[in-house]
Amino acid sequence: MTLQLVLVVAAALFCVGLYGALSQQVVVMVMMGLELMLNGVILAVAAFWWFLAPNPDGMLLLLVVIAAMTVEMAMGFAIATLLHRSKETDMTDMAADLSG
Amino acid sequence: MLSIIVFSALAIIAVASGIAVFRVDSMARATYALAVSFVAVGVMLVMFDLDYIGVITILMMVMEMAIMAIYMIMFMGMNPALMPMSMVHNNRWSAILATGIFLLLAAGALLVPWPARSGTAAPDLTVAVGEALMGSKMLVMLTVSPILFATIVAALVLANPRGRYDRWGDNLKRVCPDDPQQGGLGK
Repeated sequence: MTLQLVLVVAAALFCVGLYGALSQQVVVMVMMGLELMLNGVILAVAAFWWFLAPNPDGMLLLLVVIAAMTVEMAMGFAIATLLHRSKETDMTDMAADLSG
Repeated sequence: MLSIIVFSALAIIAVASGIAVFRVDSMARATYALAVSFVAVGVMLVMFDLDYIGVITILMMVMEMAIMAIYMIMFMGMNPALMPMSMVHNNRWSAILATGIFLLLAAGALLVPWPARSGTAAPDLTVAVGEALMGSKMLVMLTVSPILFATIVAALVLANPRGRYDRWGDNLKRVCPDDPQQGGLGK
């Protein structure tokens, strides 16, 4: 197991998530894409921590990424609820305008 | 050698289930696939001796996927396990862009001369991260805490069906306010 191998796996996860975040129309599916991207980031940070500098700072960065994931999830669900209530939709294309 | 085999198997599971999220026919299956991907990454973290972070990643993501499945059933108005769906836009360019960025990142990962490992891990990493959070790195905790609190408030404000200025009068069981303009002050 090498740093390069782990980083390639992390890049694959990140890019699969990027594809989903760009291509999906349903808000929850877009959130899944973002989650997958953050999954790749978590793996990459863990690899950097383990293979380069195994001190507590790297673990704190991991906790910050996990916190960012939590924030993304909570706000995504709240926006999905708001969209469904105000426009009866769950698709990003139907929420492209700013008018109330 | 064993660790390489286990890691490779986990990597294949994580990436394959990640791809399956956007290939399977139903949203429920997509949710399960994403949960499998997160569990595989969580086990990889445990392989890096990050027991605490690996376990909270697995627990958090499994719960999140359960909530996500509930949201899909709520908002899609159908049984998501039985309903095939393909709702994509700009599919071709998204795939091209994602592939290009993967090649770029993979080339960087393989070609950059990474430095050698410096230092050694603490004997008990969970204790080390706890001491860092409550000691020299407390600013991280002090920053993350208000952000999480603000997220709770913002999520409640967004998800609350009654706005700040929607007047309901004394009949709290009314279906919707009769304001001439939603969210306005008039009644």
